[in-house]
Amino acid sequence: MRVRVLIRPKEGILDPQGQAVERALPALGYDDVSNVHVGRLVELDVAGDGDVEAQVREMCERLLANPLIESYEVQAIG
Amino acid sequence: MSARVGIVLFPGSCDEHDALLAVERAGLEPEYLWHADPDLKGVDAVIVPGGFSYGDYLRVGAIARFAPVMEEVSRFAVEGGPVLGICNGFQVLCEAHLLPGALLPNNSLRFVCRQVDVVVEHDRTVFTRASEPGEVLSLPVKHTTGCWFAPAEQLDQLEANGQLVLRYAAGHNPNGSTRDVAGVSNEAGNVLGLMPHPEHATDALTGSTDGLRLFTALSPVAA
Repeated sequence: MRVRVLIRPKEGILDPQGQAVERALPALGYDDVSNVHVGRLVELDVAGDGDVEAQVREMCERLLANPLIESYEVQAIG
Repeated sequence: MSARVGIVLFPGSCDEHDALLAVERAGLEPEYLWHADPDLKGVDAVIVPGGFSYGDYLRVGAIARFAPVMEEVSRFAVEGGPVLGICNGFQVLCEAHLLPGALLPNNSLRFVCRQVDVVVEHDRTVFTRASEPGEVLSLPVKHTTGCWFAPAEQLDQLEANGQLVLRYAAGHNPNGSTRDVAGVSNEAGNVLGLMPHPEHATDALTGSTDGLRLFTALSPVAA
């Protein structure tokens, strides 16, 4: 199964990268943009039976994300 | 016999030689520990030095945490062995859950490299027991991901436990860390992590020898 993991800074966590992007956009004329956050995308193939999504969520808890500062979302994409 | 201090080497570590010099200057005996060997060679204390372990891929410290040597370091720490994490080493110890919190990118989003004043808040840890609370150490920082963070609900408990051991002096916080924290310890006080580099402050030629105090504090360990 092909799985996509979206990792974002947790709500309320300082996101200077998102802030920097948000400050840069008006310079290009995009004045109506707010709430910009920058995260990470991980895509992986997982072979085998069983609950793949549960397995990937475990990977997120243990390695792919740091649950203290990041939230994650697991999507099956094929 | 002087205490033997192990210095962990990951692929991408870069401050191990200054850590080795600092240990020697403190009158202790340094020994390198290879990341792939689950063996602490019977050392009396462990330093996880600065650098860019495993290229800092994924997240700072995230991959290094699973190196074979880290399982032994964790065991050693849980048993009360002194463990010092400097900069990237601090990040690794947080990822390994040996220390509370996590390190976020500096609020400036810039690499910072400067000398800062760091206040020793507590002498309850193995590494600060030779210092007086309130003592100010002049130490260099050099990092991009040094903004220590812990959830608000944990902070007061950490404060009450005396785990917020090192703080940047007023106006010296280089990264926006919560409550100006520069270094934290575990509850027992045998594991300390800090973003400033005491190992780069052991020679008057480079401006300060204040960092040496954290290393000399280790001397009675072997006794």
